[in-house]
Amino acid sequence: MVPLSYYVIVSTVMFVVGLIGVLVRKNFLIILYAIELMLNAANINLVAFSRYYQSVNGQIISLFIITIAAAEAAIGLAIIIVLFRKKATTNVDEINLLKW
Amino acid sequence: MAQLLFFLYFAGMGLFSSVLTIGLRNPVYCTIALLSTFIHVAGLFVLLNAEFLAAIQIIIYAGAVLILYLFVLMLLNLKSTEPVVHRQLWIALFFGVVILAEILVALFKTPMLEGTTAANAVPLAMGNTEAIGLSLFNEYLLPFELVGIILLGGIIGALVLAKQPRPESSKTGGNGTHALEVPLPPSGNGQIGADVREESRSALHKVGSA
Repeated sequence: MVPLSYYVIVSTVMFVVGLIGVLVRKNFLIILYAIELMLNAANINLVAFSRYYQSVNGQIISLFIITIAAAEAAIGLAIIIVLFRKKATTNVDEINLLKW
Repeated sequence: MAQLLFFLYFAGMGLFSSVLTIGLRNPVYCTIALLSTFIHVAGLFVLLNAEFLAAIQIIIYAGAVLILYLFVLMLLNLKSTEPVVHRQLWIALFFGVVILAEILVALFKTPMLEGTTAANAVPLAMGNTEAIGLSLFNEYLLPFELVGIILLGGIIGALVLAKQPRPESSKTGGNGTHALEVPLPPSGNGQIGADVREESRSALHKVGSA
């Protein structure tokens, strides 16, 4: 059996990749993709611990995370469509109406 | 041994395509890379004896959420000429690596408790989907209903946000702010309206980028 720490390392690296994606990308849509990556990393972690503790709780919380991610995607895409209608851009640097 | 090989394949390809997701220039390619990430993560779930979650991952994430993203991406007609990365790229990379190192150090200092089992351990012979269903509708019934309410709120919020601001003028102008500035001819609205809209949008974009 693959050791538990391997899965945790994979999940950590994927989470950090998503974090860097949120920080460096300018496109709002790609930032949402990076958030999905971070949620997926959390899912890997939960399922791995659920497997190694022989308990199904982690998988259920992972199921809830998938549901919340779907709701988050719907809301985020609606916000993107509204912003694009107003400003014709998805660049987060140009969306600074609430900055100061 | 075979399990380790499969793990290495799924983990390596998942991480590689997640790097591609945030690294590629064209947003459509990013979406395809994210799809590849999801499918390989589903493979990891199968390796972890979570077949139900693997199916959900492919059906919900790859089938529904990602197609939704792709639809919006096709609607938006993004330009791929502007620079994609922020000017804070190197600072972000540096702190990302620092955070990664911190988490890994904390991880290797932690005893992993391998081999211990939880109090409500489920025998593996029971079947993954059955175990999830029983636990979901017994212990987790209240969170299950709450998630339904959250989804309802998400649906209503998305509808309210993405609704056209002036639905009665959606035949001629219907484009929010531009309809106020550019008076459209009342008849022959199809092609002319689209042209005026396109012009005002490109002018707006020029102003925005200048």
